Amino acid sequence: MTSVTEIAAPGAGAGRTGLRAWRWVRLRVLPILAVVLGIVVVWYTACVPMNVKETLTFAERAGAEVEPASPAERRDMGRVALVLANPGQLGGSFALDRPRLPAPHQVVAELWETTVETRPTSKRSLVYHGWVTLSATLLGFGIGTALGVLLAVGIVHDRAMDMSVLPWAIASQTIPILAIAPMIIVVLNSIGLQGLIPKALISAYLSFFPVVVSMVAGLRSPAASQMDLMHTYSATGGQVFRKLRLPASVPYLFAALKVGIAASLIGAIVGELPTGASEGLGARLLAGSYYGQTVQIWSALFAAAILAAAMVGLIGLIERLTLRRMGFGR
Amino acid sequence: MKDTRAAEAVIEAKGLDLVFQTGDGPVQALKDVNLAIGQGEFVSFIGPSGCGKTTLLRVIAALETPSAGRMTVNGMTPDEARRARAYGYVFQAAGLYPWRTIGGNVRLPLEIMGYPKSEQAERVKRVLELVDLAGFEKKFPWQLSGGMQQRASIARALAFDADILLMDEPFGALDEIVRDRLNEELLALWERTGKTIAFVTHSIPEAVYLSTRIVVMSPRPGRITDVIESPLPKERPLEIRDTPEFIEIAHRVREGLRAGHGYD
Ligand SMILES: Nc1ncnc2c1ncn2[C@@H]1O[C@H](COP(=O)(O)OP(=O)(O)OP(=O)(O)O)[C@@H](O)[C@H]1O
Ligand SMILES: [Mg+2]
Repeated sequence: MTSVTEIAAPGAGAGRTGLRAWRWVRLRVLPILAVVLGIVVVWYTACVPMNVKETLTFAERAGAEVEPASPAERRDMGRVALVLANPGQLGGSFALDRPRLPAPHQVVAELWETTVETRPTSKRSLVYHGWVTLSATLLGFGIGTALGVLLAVGIVHDRAMDMSVLPWAIASQTIPILAIAPMIIVVLNSIGLQGLIPKALISAYLSFFPVVVSMVAGLRSPAASQMDLMHTYSATGGQVFRKLRLPASVPYLFAALKVGIAASLIGAIVGELPTGASEGLGARLLAGSYYGQTVQIWSALFAAAILAAAMVGLIGLIERLTLRRMGFGR
Repeated sequence: MKDTRAAEAVIEAKGLDLVFQTGDGPVQALKDVNLAIGQGEFVSFIGPSGCGKTTLLRVIAALETPSAGRMTVNGMTPDEARRARAYGYVFQAAGLYPWRTIGGNVRLPLEIMGYPKSEQAERVKRVLELVDLAGFEKKFPWQLSGGMQQRASIARALAFDADILLMDEPFGALDEIVRDRLNEELLALWERTGKTIAFVTHSIPEAVYLSTRIVVMSPRPGRITDVIESPLPKERPLEIRDTPEFIEIAHRVREGLRAGHGYD
């Protein structure tokens, strides 16, 4: 680092690595921990008023004195008022079977139970449902990315496509996915396609867009001077594409892939909702809400979030390695 | 001035005009430029910023189309000459592709022109040695200093056998000492290869040291105001810059620049 530190602490090599580790903890780890801690505190706090009616009913059944005593009266009271009226009876807030809002540890316990402690082949396993959704996500992501790149190449090389495609692509994204997902499912179902393919197509529908927009920008990113150089070699359009436009667009592509994979996951989950499918994270969400299984809903939500984070992280890793190998890195 | 070289001219401009249509009206970048550069000449273009030096070089390279007049390169139109791979162009900025190593950047024209693989490797090695970058083939551009990047871009223009070298302020960003060295090397290269070189610079000593002819230009509109023949011998050690002949030519160039500028 700076020579000043070196002069100030001669021969303090071990101390410096320690310092660097501390710096890393301070700048990267502590802020994340602080945010997580904040969320957990808010969450637990919110559990108390959210669950107060069920908690009081439960406490009453167990023989406790509850204020007011009549369930009908309680139903019409505000939750905060109920909390204030019964400060001693709220111990059950975090352990209800069907809470309005499950406590964090309940969700974690459910996640643990349905991933680690259940066979992945079982229909109760979140790994199983996660895989169903993930496979549709990945297939859709692949289709969407390929389509996006192809469209971008067309847009950059063909004036007619340049004028016509992007407005349609933008229009396609203004239609709420929740509105057309059922139609896609029904139409494809009528020609005998169901399960993986319709979901993947909805995924592709959501993920091609960021890829098109970003790749068009990337393929057009070479500076005039870089194009001039190619021109002085009398390079063909194909050579300009392979040796200049394509490599220049790689950083743009990765930025789009990170957005695209998250959009793909949402597409796959949304694709599972209208069919009343029995498999996949979307199906778990739906089933959970039918039967008031809030813990199941939340754990499915978290599974989806973890999946998304893992995929974005993986793409980020590939991005770093690729860009470094390509010499973009510094 | 009557030009005796016209018969054997490799680059010839006749009544060249170039007007850029810009948002705030037309800009006359070149006006009535007449010039003939003979085989094996080293011609420098010097003049204040914006006088059209880059534009003239770009017309030779078919990167700009003149509004009027004629430009021929090797007796062809600039476009045909480009397709015949008549010239290598060294841009004002090094402009290396960041995703290619130094070797990869130098190899780029060879790949595009379809040289066989083995010859590519051999040529890359040879031109990198020529510009003193032998050990840097596998480095990426950002790992090199600005001067080294500029040398790499010169190597890139030398990698294929073009008879004409167009150089737009290739040493503009370098310090005096590196510049001296590269000037010497460029002269040696010119002598060895017999290439025709068109060289843009802002530096009077550089122009005088390198050239067989110095073309003085002036702005608004960009035009040629003076052409100075150099009586210096082909053999030019750096010390030649302290001789009376050298100082005399430098003086004439300076006078030419001043007259074109209309300072007095
Ligand atoms: N593409 C363009 N569009 C419009 N005007 C241009 C364009 N390129 C150059 N010009 C104008 O033409 C004139 C000559 O520019 P040119 O780049 O040839 O100057 P130059 O002599 O190379 O200057 P410098 O020494 O600063 O590189 C300038 O007035 C410039 O603004
Ligand atoms: Mg210029």
